[in-house]
Amino acid sequence: MGSFPFEGDEDADLINAGKQTITALPGAVFFDSAMSFAMIRGQHVQLTVLGAMEVSQNGDIANWKIPGKMVKGMGGAMDLVASADNIIVAMMHTNRAGESKLLADCSLPLTGVACVKKVVTNLACLEIKDGAFHLLERAPGVTVEEIKAATAGKLIIPDEVPEMKL
Amino acid sequence: MAIHKVVSNAQEACEGIESGMTLMLGGFGLCGIPENSIAHLVKMGVKDLTCISNNAGVDDFGLGLLLQGKQIKKMISSYVGENDEFERQMLSGELEVDLIPQGSLAERCRAGGAGIPAFFTPAGYGTEVGEGKEVRVFNGKPHILEHALTADYAIVRAWKGDTAGNLIFKATARNFNPVMAMAGKITIAEVEELVPIGELDPNEIHTPGIFVQRIFQGKSYEKRIEQRTVKPRS
Repeated sequence: MGSFPFEGDEDADLINAGKQTITALPGAVFFDSAMSFAMIRGQHVQLTVLGAMEVSQNGDIANWKIPGKMVKGMGGAMDLVASADNIIVAMMHTNRAGESKLLADCSLPLTGVACVKKVVTNLACLEIKDGAFHLLERAPGVTVEEIKAATAGKLIIPDEVPEMKL
Repeated sequence: MAIHKVVSNAQEACEGIESGMTLMLGGFGLCGIPENSIAHLVKMGVKDLTCISNNAGVDDFGLGLLLQGKQIKKMISSYVGENDEFERQMLSGELEVDLIPQGSLAERCRAGGAGIPAFFTPAGYGTEVGEGKEVRVFNGKPHILEHALTADYAIVRAWKGDTAGNLIFKATARNFNPVMAMAGKITIAEVEELVPIGELDPNEIHTPGIFVQRIFQGKSYEKRIEQRTVKPRS
């Protein structure tokens, strides 16, 4: 996939999954939606990075529905999290109300079960294994105490927690 | 070609579509949607439709036009984020909605057209989508049973088509169009350019004409862009 087109060159028939106008680079291939998901479901894609509303300590993810509120649909998220071997969630550590998004159990409808391998937030980088969040790195200037306070799920803190190198 | 597939416009193509029918409509967002046919369905006023389409258009274009007229009873889609009227009708209970994972939607259409009644997929296992569905474990991983989808009419848009119904799609406007073209009892193709048989290179045809029963050259394509993202010429 190439960059956005120059003004005036945009083509309604050439968009990305976010429905934005794009360009195609040399070597690009067009294919239909069934083949697109054959690539994902068939595990020809090794890594998925996506956002989330909640992640649980056993790797469950919720990111598609708030009952009685937003109705958007899951799009391709369920296919992605059910298929890729390595799934990284990139999100804020807490929601707008200041509540932790890293929980013992998700409260929102799930997108996938036991699939998230790593969570990268504004506070920390954590690995999910053996039913817990394992703290790997702190964001620059963030203390372990702050991360502990913002994490509702089971958190394993090693003796040494290095600061992320950005 | 003994079978005559060419019709003159959307009106002729949509003949036989009645209230209560199930329709498949190609496109992703507003990209690759059968604009002419949708406009005619609005004019026909058919109601209680079950529409299978990845998205539901926007408020004033695409399937949003059918929603405005309350012509849709049920939507089967994967993502409907850009449509306020859709959300209103769904939350108020006027509109029945079956939201399904996008890959399952595409494969269910493909399976419907390919004579495969159902298949197992890992997508949706352990979620609302998997509730009540048969679960089987393959290679240590749980999968759910998903059934094929077919439609009374599948309506697709292609870039070029010939009088035998062979189709070529352009860029990402291909999206759901080829799999839906396979899954209609009657498939209508509206094309931007209709050419005589023999003019399309058989090596480059995406949808063989055997899947298409009616074809016409559409007109006045608006091809609206949902998210116009550009970079300035420096």
